[in-house]
Amino acid sequence: MSNANYTATGEISRTSTWKFILSELKPKGKLLTPFNIISIPIIITGIILIVIRFWKGIGSITNLTQEVPWGLWIGFDVVTGVAFAGGAYVITFMVYILNMKKFHSIVRVTVLNGFLAYLFYAGALLLDLGRPWNVVNPIIGNSFGTSSVLFLVAWHFLLYMIAELIEFSPAVAEWLGARRAQRILSGMTLGAVIFGITLSTLHQSGLGALFLMAKDKIHPLWYSEFIPIMFFVSSTFAGLSMVIFEGSVSHRVFSDQISESNRKSHHGILHSLSKICAVAMFAYFTLNVLVFVHEKRWSLLNTPMGYWYLTEMIGFVLLPMILYFISYRKRHITLIKIAALITMAGIIINRLNVTVIGFKWDAATHYYPSWMEITVTLAVIFTEIWIFRWVIRRMPVLREATGPIDKTVQ
Amino acid sequence: MSIDRRSFFKALGVTGVTLATGSRISAAPQPAENTEFVGMLYDSTRCVGCQGCEFACAEAHGLPAPSFEDLPVAGQERKMNETRRTVINAYQTSKGEVYVKRQCMHCNDPACTAACLTKAMLKNEEGPVSWRAGKCMGCRYCMVSCPFDVPKFEYHSANPKIEKCDMCFERVKQGIMPVCAEQCPVEAIVFGTRRELIAEARKRIHDNPGQYNDYIYGEHEAGGTGWLYLSPVPFGELGFSTTLQKSSYPALTKGFLYAVPSIFVLWPAILLGLHQATKDNSDNLNEDGDE
Repeated sequence: MSNANYTATGEISRTSTWKFILSELKPKGKLLTPFNIISIPIIITGIILIVIRFWKGIGSITNLTQEVPWGLWIGFDVVTGVAFAGGAYVITFMVYILNMKKFHSIVRVTVLNGFLAYLFYAGALLLDLGRPWNVVNPIIGNSFGTSSVLFLVAWHFLLYMIAELIEFSPAVAEWLGARRAQRILSGMTLGAVIFGITLSTLHQSGLGALFLMAKDKIHPLWYSEFIPIMFFVSSTFAGLSMVIFEGSVSHRVFSDQISESNRKSHHGILHSLSKICAVAMFAYFTLNVLVFVHEKRWSLLNTPMGYWYLTEMIGFVLLPMILYFISYRKRHITLIKIAALITMAGIIINRLNVTVIGFKWDAATHYYPSWMEITVTLAVIFTEIWIFRWVIRRMPVLREATGPIDKTVQ
Repeated sequence: MSIDRRSFFKALGVTGVTLATGSRISAAPQPAENTEFVGMLYDSTRCVGCQGCEFACAEAHGLPAPSFEDLPVAGQERKMNETRRTVINAYQTSKGEVYVKRQCMHCNDPACTAACLTKAMLKNEEGPVSWRAGKCMGCRYCMVSCPFDVPKFEYHSANPKIEKCDMCFERVKQGIMPVCAEQCPVEAIVFGTRRELIAEARKRIHDNPGQYNDYIYGEHEAGGTGWLYLSPVPFGELGFSTTLQKSSYPALTKGFLYAVPSIFVLWPAILLGLHQATKDNSDNLNEDGDE
């Protein structure tokens, strides 16, 4: 079915491009799938809540306080979401910089995932801004707060989204049948990749650096001057675990899009990724141990927060790291997927520990997200998946590109 | 392998863009050493807890007047919030009941100002830290960063403001003292240059060693603050954080921010080099012949 579609796409003339886009906007496939039945009510509730939020203020639907000004929307949507989007820069690094062609079949879907993650999770940031009409101030105008880490992160989000859009644009051009544009855009890939990796290095660590000034507010087990490095290192395996997870789901849900050869090579890809994850997690774990020992934190261990720290480090870093090692040795695909799930849970726990759970841990009253904050977060995630699915069904993302092949990789 | 024209321009473009972006991201200049900031000296041995400063502050800034039932009582901490920029609290200490006024500390090198990506939080050269509505995008990073938890946000407004003491900046600009100092009936609050105030505080401690705890809170905390405090008892008894670092908070992010331009210059070069190096190993030789 998809192939038939594609042939149609390839032959359309330039004048009918808009007509073609309009026709493509219509949903394909069944409407009443379990995913749709769950996601549609949540998205609608989310939209209603967002309207209330802009009408009555942020406090009307969130539990944020004067002491805890950043909650789930920053700690999960932005900080955790961006870590999961880290797969794009790692995979483009391997494919375009190290010329590891093995991973080429997953580049497009990973970049698409990364781009949408930034679009939606950085977009979710707008919901959290009290005065969003001033959001352009750090970009245009004369209000550059250059001493701010957030200034750097804001610029990087913007530039990185552009870089990822360029990286993904050949697929869009191919979908529209614009061969010439596709050739030009493909030529820009390497530049965009180099720029994108540089930006990613800085803003993945920058998200950690945001919390450097909150020195007295974050539990000492999670605060150190090395937060930026920790965030950067963990973003590599966070992103790759997301790639493993997303790949496994896509291979099931979009199996009609995937060619036989890619299906076969996918196990090999997962296998290599598990090894990379294991090594990155080993580095991350060692860094954590070094910081722990260097800062002489033994006395903090025998406290409730200490047990929580041990749970994170042993249950959600050491354990999945070992699982990744074992699954690599034994070529065990299911184990890789389990390790990826535990790693992802660990990243969520880690980012929330720094941003929400360990933030003002000693305050009299704690922050818990309201059901409305959680619903809006879910609505954002579901909307992203809807867009992802829409693109996958139409553009050559999972299926083989038939147009002029990416020159830089060949 | 020699570099051809196309890859040269490619490299040039990448470097150019990154240099242009990189130069924008630099740490803000420190306030010059010789800038004479104004400040306030608060002497808790003089304060009688009349809350006159709270009323004057509310009136001067168009905020609701404090309730007459909401009096400072030892053991109950009254907090600043979006409707009150300053509060008086009472503490039961080893030397009897002591009143303490809280408000923005107006740090010499404020975390909120360094945190602000739109320069809405501004350390004025006179010393007060003020907030500018036209610049602020409401991200609340100032609140996350402030070691004293001072900036307050209007969570229940569609057009929310950040509320915090601005040391009556409009008055200070004209050389008039802030309203709280002006109305204080017992002169517990003194306005002056920070240098004069520190000298005055030292003199008071020296002249009445029995009356004062030998410490000026704010002289070094967070790199020095505009508000300076004198107390009869150690500051831990008055709800002050005594573990704050003595260096400025923005210094914590300097290392990271200074690394940014280096990464922006080094990374693209290294990545391009790696790309070229591994390209030769590529098993597809046709491409090499092509280029």
